[in-house]
Order: sequence, then C-alpha cells, then structure tokens
Amino acid sequence: MARVGVFICHCGENIGRTVDCPAVTEAAARLPGVVESVDYKYMCSDPGQQMIKDAIKEKKLSGVVVAACSPRMHEPTFRRAAAEAGLNPFLLEMANLREHCSWVHEDRGEATAKAIDLVRIMVEKVKRNAKLHPIRVPVEPTALVIGGGIAGIQAALDIADGGKKVVLVERSPSLGGHMARLSETFPTLDCSQCILTPRMVEVAAHPNVTIMTYAEVAKVDGFVGNFEVTIRQKARYVDPATCTGCGTCYQKCPSKKIPSEFDAGLANRTAIYTPFPQAVPNKPVIDAQHCLMLTEGKCGVCAKVCPTGAINFEDTDREVTVKVGAIVVATGFELWDHSAYGEYGAGKIEDVIDGFQFERLASAGGPTGGEIRRPSDGKIPKTVVFIQCCGSRDEKRGVPYCSKICCMYTAKHAILYRHKVHDGRAIVFYMDVRAGGKGYDEFVRRAIEADGAEYVRGRVSRVYRRADGKLIVRGADTLAGQAVTIEADLVVLADAIVPRTGGNELAQMLGIAYDTNGFYSEAHPKLRPVETATAGVFLAGACQSPKDIPDSVAQASAAAAKALGLFSQPELEREPIVARVNEEMCVHCRACIKACPYGAIEDYDIKDRKGNVVRTVARVNEGVCQGCGTCVAVCRSGSIDLDGFTDEQILVQIATLE
Amino acid sequence: MTTIGYYPGCSLHGTGRELDMSIKALAEVAGVELKEIEDWNCCGASAAHNLNHDLAVALPYRNLALAEEQGLSEILAPCAACFSRMKGTTVRLARSAELVEKMRGITEREFKGTVRILSIIEFAGRLLDEGLAEKLTSPLDGLKVAPYYGCLLARGEEIVEGYDAEQPNGMDAALRAAGCEIVPWNFAVECCGGGFSMSMTDAVVDLSNAILTDAEQAGAEAIVTGCPMCHSNLDMRQRTINEAGLGPHDLPIVYLSEILGLAAGIEPERLGLDRHFVDAMRVVERSA
Amino acid sequence: MTQAEAKSTESAEAFEPRIVAFVCNWCTYAGADLTGTSRIQYAANVRIIKLPCTGRIDPLFILKAFEGGADAVLVSGCHPGDCHYTSGNYHARRRWTLLRNLLAFTGIDPRRLFFSWVSAAEGQKFADLINDITGTVRDAGPFDPTNPARRQPWT
Repeated sequence: MARVGVFICHCGENIGRTVDCPAVTEAAARLPGVVESVDYKYMCSDPGQQMIKDAIKEKKLSGVVVAACSPRMHEPTFRRAAAEAGLNPFLLEMANLREHCSWVHEDRGEATAKAIDLVRIMVEKVKRNAKLHPIRVPVEPTALVIGGGIAGIQAALDIADGGKKVVLVERSPSLGGHMARLSETFPTLDCSQCILTPRMVEVAAHPNVTIMTYAEVAKVDGFVGNFEVTIRQKARYVDPATCTGCGTCYQKCPSKKIPSEFDAGLANRTAIYTPFPQAVPNKPVIDAQHCLMLTEGKCGVCAKVCPTGAINFEDTDREVTVKVGAIVVATGFELWDHSAYGEYGAGKIEDVIDGFQFERLASAGGPTGGEIRRPSDGKIPKTVVFIQCCGSRDEKRGVPYCSKICCMYTAKHAILYRHKVHDGRAIVFYMDVRAGGKGYDEFVRRAIEADGAEYVRGRVSRVYRRADGKLIVRGADTLAGQAVTIEADLVVLADAIVPRTGGNELAQMLGIAYDTNGFYSEAHPKLRPVETATAGVFLAGACQSPKDIPDSVAQASAAAAKALGLFSQPELEREPIVARVNEEMCVHCRACIKACPYGAIEDYDIKDRKGNVVRTVARVNEGVCQGCGTCVAVCRSGSIDLDGFTDEQILVQIATLE
Repeated sequence: MTTIGYYPGCSLHGTGRELDMSIKALAEVAGVELKEIEDWNCCGASAAHNLNHDLAVALPYRNLALAEEQGLSEILAPCAACFSRMKGTTVRLARSAELVEKMRGITEREFKGTVRILSIIEFAGRLLDEGLAEKLTSPLDGLKVAPYYGCLLARGEEIVEGYDAEQPNGMDAALRAAGCEIVPWNFAVECCGGGFSMSMTDAVVDLSNAILTDAEQAGAEAIVTGCPMCHSNLDMRQRTINEAGLGPHDLPIVYLSEILGLAAGIEPERLGLDRHFVDAMRVVERSA
Repeated sequence: MTQAEAKSTESAEAFEPRIVAFVCNWCTYAGADLTGTSRIQYAANVRIIKLPCTGRIDPLFILKAFEGGADAVLVSGCHPGDCHYTSGNYHARRRWTLLRNLLAFTGIDPRRLFFSWVSAAEGQKFADLINDITGTVRDAGPFDPTNPARRQPWT
C-alpha cells in the first residue's frame, strides 16, 4: 500500500497569495494513500527540506509530492533531500503550483481548484513510480570549440592548458576573427594585433589543440560527454602539409580585384590568398568562385610558380568526424546591414562607412597604412561625423537592443582620428552614452576633454552627398534644441551588432535555443550564463549577446572551466529515463527500431542453451537511449515502456482529471 | 470600362487645376471612367487634425460613406493631402470598431469599409496596367527629371504602400514608361514648407530653395510631383525665392499626370501645362 | 421553467471548458514556465500533463482524455527542427494528422484537438494559445452536451 507524503510550499507569498495552500493541504490529506500532508512557507529552505526528510523516515513514505515551483527549478534539490533520507529520488515528483498556477491566474478559487488537481495527478503518478538508478556514461575528454575569434581562441587555450584535447573549428581561412581586424582597443589603446597574434600562434602550436580552419560544423549527434560531430573541411586547393607559406602564389595570381573580406571591401585580394599577413595558419587557400582555373579551366599560374607543388586543383570538400565530450560555441557576431536606413544613403554612398571599415583605415596594416583616407577619393577627411545607434534600439527597422560596444568604439574612433588628423573635427551624434566598464567612462571623457571630440546629443535625420562631394549631415541637437547641418567628408556608422549568419542552423544542429534576435540563449540569464539548455554545450563571446573583448574572454574562460569540470569526472550520471522492452511480449516488428532517432534500439537474438536462435526481439541500449519515448508510442504490441513516463503513469494522470 | 471614383478636393478646383485637367485627360485616353463622388465635402486636411480629432475623422468618413453608397469601390484622391487624410481614416477605422460606431453617430451614415483610396502614384500604375502603357506613343526624349515625393506621398507606414519612405521609387516605373531619365538626387522626401506658404513664406522660401538647388545640381530639367501643395510652393514661390536673392532658379515643376499625358500625345493645353508660373511648355518640345 | 431546466440553463451559461494539454518537457513545459516567470495571465481551464517529448504521445492518451471529459485536448511541443530529441515532434505531427481522421470517425469533432509549437522562449504565445483555445471551446460548448456531468467545470 502506497504511503505518500504531500508537501505544499507557499513560496513566501508567491504561491500563497493566489492559491489557498491550507485548502490544498486539506484536500491532499483526503486523497487515498496520502499519509502526510503539510504546508510550509519555504519548502526549499533547510527546515522545509528537513520536514520532508523527517516525514520520509517517521512515516515510512513510499512516495513524495512536493507542490511548489517548477521542477526545472528545484526538482534536483528535493530529490537530493529524498535520497539523503533514504528514499529513491525517483519516487519524488513535483506539482508546479507557481509557474503553472499562482503566477498565471488571479482568481483564488480557480487557482486553488487547479492546484488541487495538479497535486492529485502527481499523487496518483508517484504511487506508480518505480525506483530508478542513474545511468553512468563515459565522457570523451575532448572539447570542440566552434569559432576561432578571441573567444574561441581563449576557450581552446584554457581547455588545452588544463590538459585536455581541443578541436578548434574556424569557418574562414584564418584564426583571429574580428579582433584581428581592429586597429587599437579601448580603453587602453593597445594595438589589437599585438595582443592577439601571440595568442593565435600559441593556440596553433599547442600540442593539445587541433586547428581546422576553412571548415564548418556539418552535423552534431550524441549527447553530453559523447557528442559525435561531423566537420566539413572545405576544399583549400592548397596542401597545408607541403605549403611553406612563401607567398609566391598570391603575388603572381592574376585575379586581383576581389574585395577583401578582411579589409571590409576597402582593398582587394587575389583568388589564392591568406586573409592577412599574420594569418594562422599562414597557408593560402583558393577562393573557388574567383579562381580562373577553377571557373574557366585556364590559368594555373599559382601551380606553376609554387616551389613545393602544393597546389591541387582536384581538391574537394571532405568530412571528418570527431568524438567530443563538450562543445564551446563561439561563433561571434557581424554588423547589421545599414542599407535598411535609406536616410543614411542605404549603403550606397561610398564615404558613409561602417565601424570595421574605419578600423581598417586606422590600422597600420590596413589598406591606407593607418592614414585616415576616405574611400571615394583617398583624401584625408577634415570633418568626420560618427553616428551611434545605427540600427540599435530601433524596434521598427533595426534591432530592439543596445549593441553595448558602439559607444566605446566610437569614442576610440574619435580619439584615433584626432590623433592622426590634428586639424580635423570629430563630431559624434549619440542617443545616450553607455560607458559602463572599468575605465570606460573615463575614456569617453578623455575623447571629449583631451582629444576634442564634439559630442552632439541627438539623431541624424539624413545624410546625403552634395554635388561637390561633401556629405551633408542633418540632425538634431536635442540639448541645444536646434536643428544642425554639418558639411562632412566622412561619415562612420556605428552599426548594430547582430549574430552571425547561419547561426540558427547551427543552433538546430546543436539543439540549443536562440532568442528573437538570433543570439544563443543561456540556460539561465543570471545563474547559468555560460551553459545552454543542452547539457555539454557552452557559450562564449558575442554569439550570446553583444560583448567587448574582455567580456568575451571572461566568458570564454568560464566556458572552458565548465568543459574542464565536465572532463574532471571519468563518467557522467544521467537520468535513468530510458525505454525498456518486455522481451516476452515483443513480436519483433521493428517499428521502434525505425522510429528511434538515436539508433538506440537493436535486434537481439534470444538463444537456447545450445546457442540456437529461438527468437529475435528489440533491445534498448541504455547508454544511447535519451528517453524521448517515441518508440513507446509506435509499439503495436505494447511491449516497450519508458521509465519515469510509463503508460500506466500517464493514463492514471489522465484518469485523475475526470 | 473601369470606373474609379474621383475626389478632387479643394485644391483641384483652385491652385491645382492643372492636376485636375491632366488627370481627367489621361483617364479618358486610358479608357477609365472617373466618377466624382456626389455631394463630397472637405477632407479636413491642414487644420482639422490639429484642432479636433473627431472632426478630422468624421469629414473623410462622410466622403467614404457617400462613395460606398454610390457604389464606388476605389477612389482616386489626386491631392496628396486628401489622399493621406482619406487613406489614414480607412486605416484608423479598420483598427477600431469603436471609432466606426462613433463616426456613424456623428455623420448618421453607414460605412462598411469597402472603399480603397488610391494616390496619384497608384492611379498612374493602374492606368498603365489598364492599357495606357501601349498608348504612350510620344515618349519624352530622355527628359531628366527629379521625382519629388515630399512628405505625404512618402510618409505614414500604413498609408503609403509599396515603396520605402526614405528612398522612394514609386514614380520611377511610370516616369521611365514616359521616356524620362530619373536623376539621382537627395531631396525627394524633404519638406517644401507645406501649409506655411501664406503664413510663413520665409520658411517656404528657404526649404523650397534647397529642394530646387539640389535638383538643379543633380542635373534635373524638371521636378515631377504629385502634390498640389508642393507644386504651388516650388512653382509659384520660385519667383519669390529668386527675389530673395537665392537661386536664381528656372526649373519647371510638373505633375506626374502631365508627364504621362504628354507621352500619351495629349495637347499640352488640355493638360494645363500653359498655366504654370515657371514656364513648363519647354518640356513639351522634348516629347516625340 | 422547472428547477432542473433552470439549473441546466445556468450551467450552460457558466460553461467553462476543461482542456488537457500534453506538452513536452523541453519546449512547451519550459515555455509555460516562462509565462509564469513573466507573470502573463491566462485562463485557468488547462491542466498540463508533462511528457519527455510529444513523440511519446500515444493516440490513446488523447482518446482517454476525451473519454474522461475533456472538452479539448492540446498537444504542444518544440518547433519543427528544434526537437530536443531531434525528430520526436515530427512523429507527433504525423500521428496527429492521422488521428484527426480517426477522431471524426469516433464522433469527436477534430476541431477539439489542438496542435501547436511553443518554444521555451514563447511565454506570451503559450498564454495566447490557452486563451484562444479556451475562448473557442467556450463558444463551441461542452464536448458531450447529452451528458450533464460533463458540463461541470474543473472542480
């Protein structure tokens, strides 16, 4: 005979305000099989947990229902308490009186009636619960890091330094990401390349790190501790093993007019190229779309001049499968396309540029050697207008959020410009200056006070190019209450930060969530900012939200710590929610085998003593089964059931609602 | 024969007579019947929406209800202000049953919402589809024009449909069909000074001067507009602008319907081209 | 009017549908949690039964729910492509399409069976969904009008 204890939590006022907890307690006490029914202010507190533990021992409970918050919140807490009192933790269930009841209903009568129902169905379910024991699965102590920007590099280095193997996958031909394109960094004006390139070299040389550039994740199977990831290595057409990186090929390549992605279109590159001189690996790839040999079948100059014969026009995409235990996603960001802003020229005015283009102009390694020269005529602009919040905080046409880093990099741009063009004017239009961070507000003040940037609070309504080539910027100075018109030579738009294209497809492969803006969702906005809802997948950098370099690095190290924590145990405990076949009833129709998304069900031969096959049945591999229950619903003979969610447990819940 | 309802409003009986004439001539050539709403009243533009919100809706509501009663499903409102007020009213009515109820009480008329308001740009598109395209037998020989939208033919997300408010291109297809070359310019959606023509002429002089200047710098031989208010500011005030020491300008301001009419071979006098302040007859020479 | 008639008219006016919702643990259950944390209010007519995945739903569960007096049944899981178990929701969708025909055959109006995708991020959508279903079924009336016992709201 079942001996169920029901524990009803008021959650302070959170449940008690709407649900009549004493009435629920009374109703629960009258349910058959319930031998204990109590309510308490905070069931998750120490005294609350103690009440449950004491009751388990004193009343010899065979099942417990805690009616409190969502099981996603405190089920582990209460199951641990039950286990400490000697009760199998899977004999405890929670009724969700808070998220699913008191917080979403106002009428006390209706909410109380619903609360009683939720308790009733859980009491009936728990009576039918079986003791279950966690399943132990091995952990593959290798991490996959997706994205070779600063976040990915940092995560890979930390994991590798912790003694575990890392596979670092980068989509473009080189590591470095956006940080490699920056001139100097705020608020210290460190040269970006100078602090980044040693890290790139370090990670490439690390014995624990395998680098795959010009490669993409194609498929992700498995689960925490045991992911199986297929990586597509795009055809490089250059054998990295034989290539010495001498650079003769790209000096001789005749296709020279391809806009360089690295230089944001301000300079050209060749069809065989390394994105920038410090690229890691410093081995070129051939851009198949622009290579004359690969498109028209004539040329082949690179193959002729290559001293080591590393060019291979026959190269094809290859797929590589790796087994990893954890995945760090560090896919970063890109800039919002400001062509949606017709009033700023819709991306058609050459001298209206974005932040990355300005970075390349200001960079010593950039197309102008670090001189600020505008794209249209190469002249040094004497008046530069910086427009912040281009796309950010614009629900209608842009993105609703603040992109966080633009206030800082715009201040940096203004400072860099003033350092390079002493008689130039730097005018910054802003909505609010958001300079939260160590040394950040001081940096903005420095831009204004020491370096003479002119900050105008207001929006720009229009930018257009006058016939004489001047850019006319018209806007509002809302502090002076005046309309302003500025004749500028260059306009720099602080475009919003948006997630990388293709991010949604990757999320689906990984089984992680993304928000309405496409940024990957963390498991908890405050307490689990690095984890995702999928165990073993962690986030680092701007793929989760707009971030500057120190924040990206910090999150990358946190993600690395999470991966190392996972690897510190040889085996993982997993919830024992797995399917089970009743072999006596199985008719071997194989419907479950076809339905299982994990290939967890196999044919199993039942043999007699002499080893002759008597019958073949389906059998579930516990290590692979994830417990979705699809097989149960397709089984025609009712021979499979799912631990924790048996037909009996579900049907009794339905029947209880009558 | 297609029938489209016609709401001339006050402008087309006053300063915008060329617009009225050219539209009627054009419709005739295209074989479209324009049926004026009987007993129409003021659309409420310029003043009503600043003074009394109920009045600003009730005035167009009555016109819409009349049109519906008279069996019209589409109404051309050539004046940009009439178009904006009337279309805006249909949008607001569709959003609020409460407002419909209130207007029914005020006007004592029923409006079920079956009437669609067309702007002059949409009307031009309709005529081209209805067969006008084949009748453009005297296209203009690459006349360089700056299409000017001003505020009311570009603004109001739910009112102006089919093109971007900041980089509008709604007139482009019709102008190209008429043989014009469209010059890229910057002032297509700038303010001409609008209703301040009389009360703050100085403001109009400054604003309209900037528009004329940019069009000239872009190499335009004429500005094409669809709004009688813009037309009067740019055309009628051009002399005032010149007298103020700005300019000097000498740029014809023509209606979209006049351009299409010329391309369709209609005599310029029937289009009202001889009625402009700044000589517009010179564009006639450009039509084949 | 007899007393019984008066009572039946009154209970018809007070008809509050009983909705059983079968939801998956990863998307819709979490989505309903988000509705709660966002304090978005919705009709109290729904009772959620949690399953690991909508793929776990045996058509029998739905029939049993109707048999037990539900006026409507909701099946809601992860969006296509987002299933925590890769493809369970596709199985559920296929099964649901077939089940609709069976429902009509058994005399249950298939419009009483609702199917939706609600992700863990769609708290507002969950509330809207429940309110919509409650409104629709409230207008449609009780599932079995011949059985007065089934007119009672959730007790």
